[in-house]
Amino acid sequence: MNKILIGLLLGALLGAIDGGTAWFTPAVRGMIVGIIFGSTIKGLIAGIAAGFFARKVKSVPLGILFGLGVGFLLALLVAIKQHGYYFEIILPGSIVGMIVGWATQRYGYAPAAAQRA
Amino acid sequence: MKFLSDKALDRLRGSGVPDLSGTRYQLRELIAHGGMGVVFAAEDEKLNRRVALKILDAAGTNAELAGRLIREAHILAQLEHPGIVPVHDVGTLPDGRVFYTMKFVEGLRLDQYLKQLDSLPQRLRLFLRICDAVAFAHARGVLHRDLKPANIMVGSFGEVLVMDWGLAKILQENPSDETVLVAMKESTSGEDTQSTVVTGHGTVMGTPGYMSPEQERGETEKIDARSDVFSLGALLKFLAAGTIQPGGEKLPRALRAICEKSMAAQPQDRYIGVSELATDVSRFIDGLPVSAYSENAFEKLGRFYQRHQIAILLITAYLVMRFLVLYFFRR
Repeated sequence: MNKILIGLLLGALLGAIDGGTAWFTPAVRGMIVGIIFGSTIKGLIAGIAAGFFARKVKSVPLGILFGLGVGFLLALLVAIKQHGYYFEIILPGSIVGMIVGWATQRYGYAPAAAQRA
Repeated sequence: MKFLSDKALDRLRGSGVPDLSGTRYQLRELIAHGGMGVVFAAEDEKLNRRVALKILDAAGTNAELAGRLIREAHILAQLEHPGIVPVHDVGTLPDGRVFYTMKFVEGLRLDQYLKQLDSLPQRLRLFLRICDAVAFAHARGVLHRDLKPANIMVGSFGEVLVMDWGLAKILQENPSDETVLVAMKESTSGEDTQSTVVTGHGTVMGTPGYMSPEQERGETEKIDARSDVFSLGALLKFLAAGTIQPGGEKLPRALRAICEKSMAAQPQDRYIGVSELATDVSRFIDGLPVSAYSENAFEKLGRFYQRHQIAILLITAYLVMRFLVLYFFRR
């Protein structure tokens, strides 16, 4: 499996699980489907970005750092749009980014052309 | 044509300096002097390159020894592998001595190079490259029988070369040839080789500690790939612990078990071949269970944690973060 596909699948899965934890917050439980959908898309985008990064840069610490950055940025955008829940969205979202960043470095193969570049 | 007198020939032979006149080689310095032969650095004038020239010692010049040296060259010529020093030429010098030339390896002996390798995985990866070369030789039906740090060279670009195939044995050959082969030993180090004389099969020479028990006892008919496995086990122990003496640096249990299995007194208790040994070492490097050691549940857990440390830490961080967020920001 290539790194982008790993990032995409893992990002989407972790995003969905992360979104699902909103169920524990009674105030937003009614919007759970929308939250899971949005969180899945967020994780998916972070995963693809981390996958592309892993194709170009072979370094676990940098991969984790990149995942953290992308996760943070996307979560920040979502939180701004929500006008609140900054910690609830940004903190776990950033760690999900780190996990995806690590996984794309650790697993999957990069195409030969990308490795040469 | 001018012929040298017998007296002149004897003088040349006695001096130990080979007469390279009429050959394509120019003699440079002495590299090593062993029990029966000498290795010189020489310049190949035709190809304009430096080679190592191995020649019988003057004192050992006779038809039997000459045959052994030629045979060693022939064995090496069959083993074309990046981890085995290649032979370039074989012939007879004007003074009647047989020689062969091989690649001149610039680098360090394994025991000297070891100081440059800090981490255990680095040392084990180097060991795997030695295994590659030996496994290749075994696949071609050749046993080395004198694997030790002094016979492994690491080149200036990190290339690993198994040297000194003077004790090599061709599997499934006529057992009567064995007597000739086992006596053919020459050390490039000259300092750590000790010989042991045994049995009616012939003279067995090798290095105590690296030589398998059956080899030490001179049971040449019992020598097979597992004898080299024993030597590789000793090499592995040397690489990992810095010594082959008991009570050296403390090794991880699984690695110690690999060494012990390789160096078992009975051949049937050792790895069946070099590939099996290499697989176990490779699995150890990757943090996987090895066939030589059965772990208990705690060790399995510890290995799992070591192997997936970053993932476990990240997932734990996520769960802790989620818990804290839910606890402190619950609305």
